[in-house]
Amino acid sequence: MKMVLSGNASAAYGSMLARAEVISAYPITPQTKIVEKIADLIASGEFKTEFVKVESEHSAMAAAISASLVGARTFTATSSQGLMLMHEVLHWASASRTPIVMVNINRAVAPPWSVWADQTDSIAQRDTGWMQFYCESCQEVLDTMLLLYKVAEDKDVMMPAMLSEDAFLLSHTSEIVDIPEQEEVDDFLGKFEPEMILDVENPMSFGSLSMPHQYYYEFRYKMAEAMEVAREKILEVEKEFEKRFGRSYGGLLDLYRCDDAEIVLVAAGSMSSTIRVAVDEMRDKGVNIGLARLRVFRPFPVDEFRKLAKNARIVAVLDRSFCFGYEGAFFTEVKSALYDMDVRPLVKGYVLGIGGRDVTLDVIHEVIEDCQKTKETKDEPFKWIGLKGGEE
Amino acid sequence: MGLLEIRWHGRGGQGVVTASELIAEAAILEGNFIQAFPEFGPERMGAPIKAFTRVSDEPIKIHSQVYTPDIVMVLDPTLIGQVNVTDGLSDEGILMVNTPMSAEEVKKVLGFNGKIYAVNATKIAMDNIGRPVANTSCAGALVKVSKLVELDNLLKVTEEKFGEKLPEKAIIANKEAIKAAYEEVSV
Amino acid sequence: MKTTIPEQELMDKGHMACLGCGGALAMRYLLKALGKNSMFAIPACCWAVIPGVFPYSCMEVPLQYVAFEATGAAISGMEAALKAKGKKEGVTVVGWAGDGGTLDIGIQALSGAVERGHDVKYVCYDNEAYMNTGIQRSSATPKGAWTTTTPVGKTKFWKQTNKKNIVEIMVAHDIPYTCTASVAYPEDLIKKAEKMKDIKGPCYMHIYAPCPTGWKYPPEKTIELSRLATETCIFPIYEVTYGKYKLNKNIRDEKKKPVIDYLKTQGRFRNLDEETVQSLQMYVDNEWNKLKKKIECFGEDK
Repeated sequence: MKMVLSGNASAAYGSMLARAEVISAYPITPQTKIVEKIADLIASGEFKTEFVKVESEHSAMAAAISASLVGARTFTATSSQGLMLMHEVLHWASASRTPIVMVNINRAVAPPWSVWADQTDSIAQRDTGWMQFYCESCQEVLDTMLLLYKVAEDKDVMMPAMLSEDAFLLSHTSEIVDIPEQEEVDDFLGKFEPEMILDVENPMSFGSLSMPHQYYYEFRYKMAEAMEVAREKILEVEKEFEKRFGRSYGGLLDLYRCDDAEIVLVAAGSMSSTIRVAVDEMRDKGVNIGLARLRVFRPFPVDEFRKLAKNARIVAVLDRSFCFGYEGAFFTEVKSALYDMDVRPLVKGYVLGIGGRDVTLDVIHEVIEDCQKTKETKDEPFKWIGLKGGEE
Repeated sequence: MGLLEIRWHGRGGQGVVTASELIAEAAILEGNFIQAFPEFGPERMGAPIKAFTRVSDEPIKIHSQVYTPDIVMVLDPTLIGQVNVTDGLSDEGILMVNTPMSAEEVKKVLGFNGKIYAVNATKIAMDNIGRPVANTSCAGALVKVSKLVELDNLLKVTEEKFGEKLPEKAIIANKEAIKAAYEEVSV
Repeated sequence: MKTTIPEQELMDKGHMACLGCGGALAMRYLLKALGKNSMFAIPACCWAVIPGVFPYSCMEVPLQYVAFEATGAAISGMEAALKAKGKKEGVTVVGWAGDGGTLDIGIQALSGAVERGHDVKYVCYDNEAYMNTGIQRSSATPKGAWTTTTPVGKTKFWKQTNKKNIVEIMVAHDIPYTCTASVAYPEDLIKKAEKMKDIKGPCYMHIYAPCPTGWKYPPEKTIELSRLATETCIFPIYEVTYGKYKLNKNIRDEKKKPVIDYLKTQGRFRNLDEETVQSLQMYVDNEWNKLKKKIECFGEDK
């Protein structure tokens, strides 16, 4: 059934279709419509779930972890400051092996206050052991939520997953979303039935003290293994999703017109759609350009980047965030993935869109023009686009 | 001299860490390089703990646990049989024990084939300090057996270390205990 | 000797608590009262270490170790999940935390949990400092006490402020049941735990849990000390049920012991000056009188 939904509403419907049993969340702009929509769906009787209106994001995640350990399918959503407040317990969730699914609205971090699109918040969580997906449409948000529960809850994965969508550009933008039938989703997802739970019939302790000589190190290794299993599961589950629901999103690295591309743009989030338009415009002019949309950041699509880079002359990586003291995160990681190749393309970094600075078609064209001019990257590995007053 | 590694065994609250630091601080006075650290972990009063001292005439760069000590000092005789005090100690090493038993009796219990030194540090502590705090006495005995530092330097650092924390009387008593243990332990 | 204390043991020997630990005894009593259908969340505190190192545990009930500030949130999540799965009936959800995780870093999550009305039992074992990390002060540390962050020294740098009254803060949240308890009065503690178990809604119990290591007293004196705390009115034993106050251990004026009797038993109060001892006596008297007034105005029979 087709509805007109914003990115926020898509997330809310996603949680309902997934039959999330416990939702613990705290409002923060621009995620508030998610929790409000969920509250509406509960109030109307459509959604049977336990909604814990926690008093902070740290508590939201802590409550979600406990709920998941009791065996409940759990959902939460946040953004920016809230995501960062959760940071400690994001680590707790992954190390507790709880397959929580969270929607994060990519929003700039304060100070100064900014509620607009920026990827700093989720990039700052890349080491927390969470799978990370970036969506470019409201449909993708809803579909990805369903996919994430299935991947995360796989008994060989059991790792939490976050899905990021841009503030306002997706969260508050309404698009046509095709809502799958509940029965079809039930059949696809099944019930959450973890092996080990908090249960008075079978008492166990979760998360006690572990010494250097045993077994903390091994527990962390198992998390690393699980992420690698997730890599395969994502592709498997996406195939199944496509069979059932007729939609697919290109796996970990969503390629658009990259086969013979001389210039490949790498980006995540809503700017990817704008890039598709630029790609088409340039192709019409006879310039071989492609888009490699970074749909999954964790686990990182190393092999996909290596395959892609075989033919490209230059790969332009667009970061909507920055790691101070070095460079953009996507930029670093793409280069690192390509390091061991015998023949490597040029890789150049572009910083843009921070704090909600609009990424328009013109901005993308500016990036493309710069790529066309770039013969080497040693002297200028990356640049900040559209700085008022220019870069020093 | 090379690198010398000492492992101390005791129970929480007995001043084991202090003893490991006293030796280290005395060694510094003689131009050595040192490390002193406890085995960090969940512990409580009365639970078995370990501390370590490394001494070398060259800067010590490694930062990991001590697995093969040259000298083991057991501050609390009740640990014999409870904790494997000779773990990693080769027959070329030295085992020192605070005990009323003789070295031969300790050897019978532990079956250790290296050098064993027994000293009744608790009694020395009672006689000199009036409390069964044997850590300083054990340090005195260790200094005699290992010839690691001069007795005077150990006495000096004891004075400095306890200066802020203990009254003058107690500092003097501890120094007497060190001297007594130094004299008593037979090499 | 016949007591009303249940015989069942849900806490095994071989745990890692210090000799004379008030908190260890308190948990043992609580488990006897609540029984095996209890689900625990325990944050960073002594009790995060006491059950032992993986893969061992002295606890025979399901237990999740949680982040320091998160106990209130964890039990909220547990309760919601049990409800969602139709498994809440007959299961007691318990948050068990020290004073740090309750009065300081954990107060927000506790306040949120009880304000939302979750059917959870929150029990604080109060050893009056951050003991697990080495005896640093908390807001539960009494005025005048030595801790490693209030180490007295030459400048009277003891704890400057009085204990934060978390019990009355809980009463102000208008929850069904709030109480204090002590290991010196085990039958009272157990009765109260059983009462909490039967109440549907948030309950709070504050247990006085002396710590020989941090308070510097001989470990065999824990129970004696607990009793003295009540006999000096420093730690009154009372309960508030749906807003109605009841004093469980009334200390008559002629039996009330001076606080100096209590202070002199512990090394952490060794260096107090006369002025501070007097101010402590005044403080205890004031608080005791306030409590008696509340019982007068809001007693069970009112």
